[in-house]
Amino acid sequence: MKFACFTLMPYRPLDMAERNKHRSAWVMLPNSLYDPQKGADEYDSYINQLVYAEKLGFDIIAVNEHHQTAYGMMPAPNLIASALIQRTTTCKIAVLGRALPLVNNPMTIAEEFAMLDTLSRGRLIAGFVRGIGTEYHAMGINPAFSHERYLEAHDMIVQAWTRPGPFEFEGEHYNNRYVNLWPRPYQTPHPPIWVPSQGSSETIRWAAAPEHKYPFLVTFAAQDLVVRYLNMYRDQAKEFGYEASGEQLGWAAPIYVAETEERARAEAKAGAESLFNDYLYNPWEMLLPPGYMSVSSMKATIKMRKALGSRPRTHTIDSLMESGTVIVGTPKTVREQIAKVRDQTGVDNLVSMLQFGVMSDELALRNMELFASEVMPHLR
Amino acid sequence: MSHLTTAHVLDVAVRQLRAGSGEKIVFLHGASGLPQWNPFFEALTQNYDVMVPEHPGFGASVAPKTLRNIADMAMYYLDYLDAHGEGGVHLIGHSLGGWIAAEIACRNSSRIKSLTLMAPAGVRVKGVSIGDNFIWSIEETIQNLVVDQALAEAMLSRVPTEEEADLLIANRFMATKLGWEPRWLNPALENWLHRIKLPTQIIWGDTDRLFPAAYGERWRMLIANSKLTILERCGHLPHVEYPLVTAQTIISFLNGAAK
Repeated sequence: MKFACFTLMPYRPLDMAERNKHRSAWVMLPNSLYDPQKGADEYDSYINQLVYAEKLGFDIIAVNEHHQTAYGMMPAPNLIASALIQRTTTCKIAVLGRALPLVNNPMTIAEEFAMLDTLSRGRLIAGFVRGIGTEYHAMGINPAFSHERYLEAHDMIVQAWTRPGPFEFEGEHYNNRYVNLWPRPYQTPHPPIWVPSQGSSETIRWAAAPEHKYPFLVTFAAQDLVVRYLNMYRDQAKEFGYEASGEQLGWAAPIYVAETEERARAEAKAGAESLFNDYLYNPWEMLLPPGYMSVSSMKATIKMRKALGSRPRTHTIDSLMESGTVIVGTPKTVREQIAKVRDQTGVDNLVSMLQFGVMSDELALRNMELFASEVMPHLR
Repeated sequence: MSHLTTAHVLDVAVRQLRAGSGEKIVFLHGASGLPQWNPFFEALTQNYDVMVPEHPGFGASVAPKTLRNIADMAMYYLDYLDAHGEGGVHLIGHSLGGWIAAEIACRNSSRIKSLTLMAPAGVRVKGVSIGDNFIWSIEETIQNLVVDQALAEAMLSRVPTEEEADLLIANRFMATKLGWEPRWLNPALENWLHRIKLPTQIIWGDTDRLFPAAYGERWRMLIANSKLTILERCGHLPHVEYPLVTAQTIISFLNGAAK
């Protein structure tokens, strides 16, 4: 297996009593609750953690994009990636990813990724995402065209990377008379494209298509769903007439390791519960604006939610561990859980989130060290 | 009582409510979809042939890919008026429907005898924010749309059937296509409203929490010789909150200035 160390860069000094006066930690949370001094300290901490991950032997260090939220402080993840390139030498740098439909000219994404790929001499992994529903509130982009814009932006970027320029791009949402990238990407034909997703069947089919074969990364899901989605990709590949390799499969999850089960559970508790209840939670209207999913997917999702009868913001460390949404335990039990999913799916990429929610630097660093020394080597 | 009929335009079949006889009224509905037939419509049917078409993409109709924005909807309804507006119609539009009506009238008003705009979208008063019906929960939306909270409660207590709930999802999807960004606005529209030379009445609730009543005054200034009627203690749904008063306001206008 290959291992990525990933952080969302949550704003930990958040006043939770104040946060709870608002419907979400996204878009509507007043930015008067953000302190620039503390924000600068947070960036230092997280960048140091990712740089340290290379020394610990992680194959990849990873960042991502979210807007107007205390959940993650990276509206422009490429800026962080650029800083990471200067402070590392061998590990891959994954941006998981840029939200393509949010820009009005995808050329900027093609250009920036080409620059990062060149600056790092080919260490970039380029993630392509749509962003979660809240980004469409934050950025004023119409969610009803999110899918169309994603597909079209993808075409434009890949063509910009691979077709000799100048050429003209003629689309529905995007048009450019001259597409002619300087610089072009360092890697040939272009940096690997990864597709993180919450598991929509349309996305899985598209990523698995023979002309793409993009690694698909399941993010934050209960373990039975992780297994189901990864095997959906495998089945799709079979339908397309080929066998998916483990390198085409990825799984992103919060992980916490300590010497004993009790200690791991106690130390992961605040981080895991704050991640899911305080930082990530969004009301329906914000998480799934109309058109973000097709009408049929939306109907299915609503029915599933009703059937589950889930009450918002009631996750506990125990419920999260039980569903396998977070992996918490001793090196031995964590290894076993990961190996189990690997054996059921053949997944080869594990994107581990070793700092999450309000978890302190001290715990995060200890977690990273233990994971790197006691878990990773056994699963390689 | 209305008849549920079907209107065909551009290979799209949409539902259409129709009742009454006399001169034609075409009512263009708001973002929540084909309205419930109520005493407002019943009152209009006393002297008019009232047609309430469902917008393509709303309900169970499938909008062709070519219907992507408000300009497309205006062109669609020009085709609709060619097909169903023989002899001319009194055009009434509410909210999203009011916006479409104004866009139609700017382009071609040859089949339109008069224009009634009830709390239309489409124009902005800078510095006066509109409500955000895309971020409001269902409860907040209903509570914000009407002043009478007993009415809001009654509306909320009615649980939609599964079929109705499915149609509501489709309605929200199509409304989003048309109104998400810029939010309920065509920035160019106000530059062309001078083209409307029809007898025009604008109706607004004084306590509209979606589009504040200041927007009514803006519309009155933009359409020459238009008349603005403000309804007291009324929210964004005049025809639901005050069906008879609203119908009477329209009928008096049609009998007077619009004759």
